[in-house]
Amino acid sequence: MGTFKVNYRQDTALFQTLWVKVWLGILVVLLIVSPIFLSRYQISILNEMGIAVIGALGLNLLTGFTGQISLCHGSFLAIGAYTSALLTSKLGIPFWLSFPLSGLMAAALGMIVAVPSLRLKGLYLALGTLAFGFIVEYVIFHWGLTKGDMGMAVRRISIYKFAFRTEKQHFYLITGFAAIAVISAKNIARSKIGRSFVAIRDRDIAAEAMGIPLAKYKVMAFAVSSFYAGVAGCLMAHYQKWIVPGNFDLSVSIAYIAMIIMGGLGTILGSVLGAILITGIPHGIVYLVDIFKESYPGLSGFIVDFKLGLFGLVIVLALLFEPKGLFGIYWRAKIYFKTWPFKY
Amino acid sequence: MAVLKDAPDYQLEVEDVSISFGGIRALNNVSLSVRRGEIYSIIGPNGAGKTTLFNCIGGLYRAQKGSIKFEGKEILGKKPPEIARLGIARAFQNIALFEGMTVLDNLMSARIYHSNYGLLRAAVYLGKCMSEEVRNRDKVEEIIDFLDIQAIRKTLVGSLPYGLQKRVELGRALAMDPKLMLIDEPVSGMNLEETEDMARYLLDINEEMKVTVVLVEHDMGLVMDLSDTVTVLNFGLKIAEGSPKDIAANPEVIRAYLGETDTREEEMV
Ligand SMILES: Nc1ncnc2c1ncn2[C@@H]1O[C@H](COP(=O)(O)OP(=O)(O)OP(=O)(O)O)[C@@H](O)[C@H]1O
Ligand SMILES: [Mg+2]
Repeated sequence: MGTFKVNYRQDTALFQTLWVKVWLGILVVLLIVSPIFLSRYQISILNEMGIAVIGALGLNLLTGFTGQISLCHGSFLAIGAYTSALLTSKLGIPFWLSFPLSGLMAAALGMIVAVPSLRLKGLYLALGTLAFGFIVEYVIFHWGLTKGDMGMAVRRISIYKFAFRTEKQHFYLITGFAAIAVISAKNIARSKIGRSFVAIRDRDIAAEAMGIPLAKYKVMAFAVSSFYAGVAGCLMAHYQKWIVPGNFDLSVSIAYIAMIIMGGLGTILGSVLGAILITGIPHGIVYLVDIFKESYPGLSGFIVDFKLGLFGLVIVLALLFEPKGLFGIYWRAKIYFKTWPFKY
Repeated sequence: MAVLKDAPDYQLEVEDVSISFGGIRALNNVSLSVRRGEIYSIIGPNGAGKTTLFNCIGGLYRAQKGSIKFEGKEILGKKPPEIARLGIARAFQNIALFEGMTVLDNLMSARIYHSNYGLLRAAVYLGKCMSEEVRNRDKVEEIIDFLDIQAIRKTLVGSLPYGLQKRVELGRALAMDPKLMLIDEPVSGMNLEETEDMARYLLDINEEMKVTVVLVEHDMGLVMDLSDTVTVLNFGLKIAEGSPKDIAANPEVIRAYLGETDTREEEMV
């Protein structure tokens, strides 16, 4: 077999084939024009999805890539949300500054949560993160500044003189941030840092023997993951303009786990697909309930309670039938079409 | 076989190393010295403590007593990544590849000490990050060519047959650019052809890439052909050391080890 020159820069390129570029171009155009055709409610769903994409990328880097289970992802969204809410309203700090600060605050606390992960694994780590989640919830409930159950008003986003008011305006901002989040996460994943994360997940002892310092990279995984959650929480707070502790409770952490399991653990695309799906499900249900509301009047109350159970069910079913998630389905479809019409 | 200078230039010196697990004395005052550039084999029956010795050198286990020096520096007590950084690489007995990664990424992951960019640069993947990734890729591709695994570079290692996984395991250790390699049973479970290929690789690594090789292996043919020095462990004790010829003729070794080769080879499979 002869050796031929390969251009490695090209081989590591983010978007490798023409087809990927074409599809991506179509997606970008669609995203830019879609608000023109969609209703306010529909755009609000896309906004919710965009924020979830950022949060899900963070959790997937930690759980899917590095193999560290976290049951407190919602708490890092809370930390980002309340940090930015307090900074902007109490100290008058502008959004462009409070946005990164909310991520950094979450990252700093994430590094503290990482400390037990250096000793604990699996279920024990999950319990540790659960405990951290309860502490955060307790603080938000009882700290005077955050106003507990009553909730907190949050300023609208304004960058220099421009204030974001409409769904449409928020859509472009959130989608822009989501795109940056996707690209940066993909870059981290394909760098030495992403490889070290996966190495730790797959074989931590071999990773160490290869020269990968476990502690450093586990702490980094928690920090990066919490940073994404923090900025997602910040966006959520300013977008909703009102936050209550219930926005960030355990069910939110579970929903994020459902996203990455459903989408595909350890893949960037999977995080995006899972976030879209899990955010979309409740709206889909509301849509169906609207149709059947006349014949079954008690349905809507039941659905609210049903949501969490549904995510639990989604997790179990995904684990049972498609452990690689939507990404696995996408992957098989891609291979199928690549080789079509041949079976193999 | 490497040509050795007369004055011994010891690269790795293990002195009086002991370690116990509960009641089991896995290593009992083991001493050995590996010269720079040689192929040094450690043999012995199952459970003799060979892998444990590798774990002590690599820092995965901490010897309870003794001293381990690499290039004159004490490494006992150092953490595995620090020891790796000094230039000691390890290929594991029970394949310990990163299953969820491609062959290429497995090898790339061993280049951690040859890339210096940080998190922020990785997130934008520009400048130093890009240039170092390309440089590391060049180096890894050399190894891929050397091991003749071009066709599987984008394959997930978990789906590869055993023999190829062993080869990738060797490649990953090689990708670290080590000065000394600890290679634990590279040909166990391999057929004759695969064994011959592996022997070729080991020789090339030693002679052309100038890497000192410390080998643990049950395949006596391979050990006798390749080694400059052979040490025999039995129940955690070093019972002999010498040239392959001396070892093959040593009565104590024959009693402890060679006499029961037949039964062991069945266990190995
Ligand atoms: N982590 C551990 N905990 C308890 N006992 C251990 C541990 N590691 C090794 N041992 C024991 O130490 C002894 C030596 O084991 P080791 O794996 O070093 O043998 P070996 O020479 O590599 O054998 P083989 O040829 O089968 O690979 C065995 O009795 C083993 O059970
Ligand atoms: Mg062994």
